[in-house]
Amino acid sequence: MKETRRGIILRTNAKFMVPFILLWGLYVLTHGTSGPGGGFQAGVVLAAGFILYAVVFGLQETQKIFPFRAVLVIASLGVSIYAWIGVFAIIFGGNFLEYGKIPLAHDIAESSKLGIEMVEIGIGLTVMAIMLSIFYTFVQRGD
Amino acid sequence: MVLDIIDVILTKYNYIIYISLMTLGFYGMIGKSNLIKKLIGMSVFQYAIFLFYISIADVEGGIAPILVEGEVTYTNPLPHVLILTAIVVAVSTLAVGLSLVIRIYREFGSVDENKILMRLKDD
Amino acid sequence: MILLVDILLLAIAIVLAARAIFTKDILEATILFAGYSFMLAVIWFELNSVDVSFTEAAVGAGVSTILLVAVIALTLRFEEEEEKSILRNYFAVIACITFFIVLAFGLPDLPKIGDPNAPHNLHVVPRYIKGSYEESGVINIVTAILANYRGYDTLGEVTVIFTAGISVLLLLRRVLK
Repeated sequence: MKETRRGIILRTNAKFMVPFILLWGLYVLTHGTSGPGGGFQAGVVLAAGFILYAVVFGLQETQKIFPFRAVLVIASLGVSIYAWIGVFAIIFGGNFLEYGKIPLAHDIAESSKLGIEMVEIGIGLTVMAIMLSIFYTFVQRGD
Repeated sequence: MVLDIIDVILTKYNYIIYISLMTLGFYGMIGKSNLIKKLIGMSVFQYAIFLFYISIADVEGGIAPILVEGEVTYTNPLPHVLILTAIVVAVSTLAVGLSLVIRIYREFGSVDENKILMRLKDD
Repeated sequence: MILLVDILLLAIAIVLAARAIFTKDILEATILFAGYSFMLAVIWFELNSVDVSFTEAAVGAGVSTILLVAVIALTLRFEEEEEKSILRNYFAVIACITFFIVLAFGLPDLPKIGDPNAPHNLHVVPRYIKGSYEESGVINIVTAILANYRGYDTLGEVTVIFTAGISVLLLLRRVLK
């Protein structure tokens, strides 16, 4: 099905804004521990960037960049990262999800901080991928 | 007794506003017969509940819960945590509800509850 | 909590929510609902809860609006029922009034807003605030509670989101190329 080509204002604005939205989403994800932000916020912002691109340029273009199967793989990857970090904590002698016992740094607070950052990455990936997959499912044209 | 009610209304008027928002959302869920309107009512209801939780977390003279130097009072961060996950779960619920509406429309050709019930009775 | 600003924002939120529920055009209801979510995000920012306001602005005024518009594009835009006054749904109105009265009965017991000695500010919260830098090493207390002290709940929430995505795929999947 032929998709409509949007006007020049929309296309120029979207081309300008989408990289900044994605960059800002990545910033919010990695600075969740030193300011407002974290996994959930970053996931939704990143998904909003991709959805803006899909609304302006069409679903086919967006699926060339981020195909549907890759979205599902990333969603599963996020939850797996979270659960496996919890299991690593058991391997090194602590309780489930007790990040202090994983010997990543020299004391408990530093290890906790690194564990929290890795877990936030997992949360962000899953939330972004699920929002994007729900959007893809709603606007697909299956024939 | 009337003086008590007036006293409650004057000091706790903000709770009355939250309860009215909840009642509006509740009416949207059960009083309207369009399925998408019911889902919008459900979302209005959910967000009013979150408003109630966040408003009781505020502490007089508190600042946002990010650690700074010195002796300051922080607002209570525990309701923030509960509501943060609740917001994303609310949008997931909305998404599943909307996909059910799409399936119902494909099956029955209408999103009005009464028309769907009449079509079910005819079959 | 600046009083006049709060009351103005709440009044705008109530007007938007009421108009969104009682209109016959669902696209108008969607846009008004996005406005209502954004008003709520501004109120929460004014109440010093920055993380929640961030998430609500992105989710309520962003993602859920686009999902509702996509569904309206696939189904119908206007409500189908005939003109009927609000009193026809007498059962719904009676239920809503009962709901309001039952909730209003709990009002005298609720704490005064902003009280630092209210019971929900006392038991476990000072320990979280103190331990956020000493035990968890982060300065954002909300992230420390979310990912460290209540990390197991957050794992459950991420699983819930994942399950919702899978449910949508199961219901609507046409061709998975």
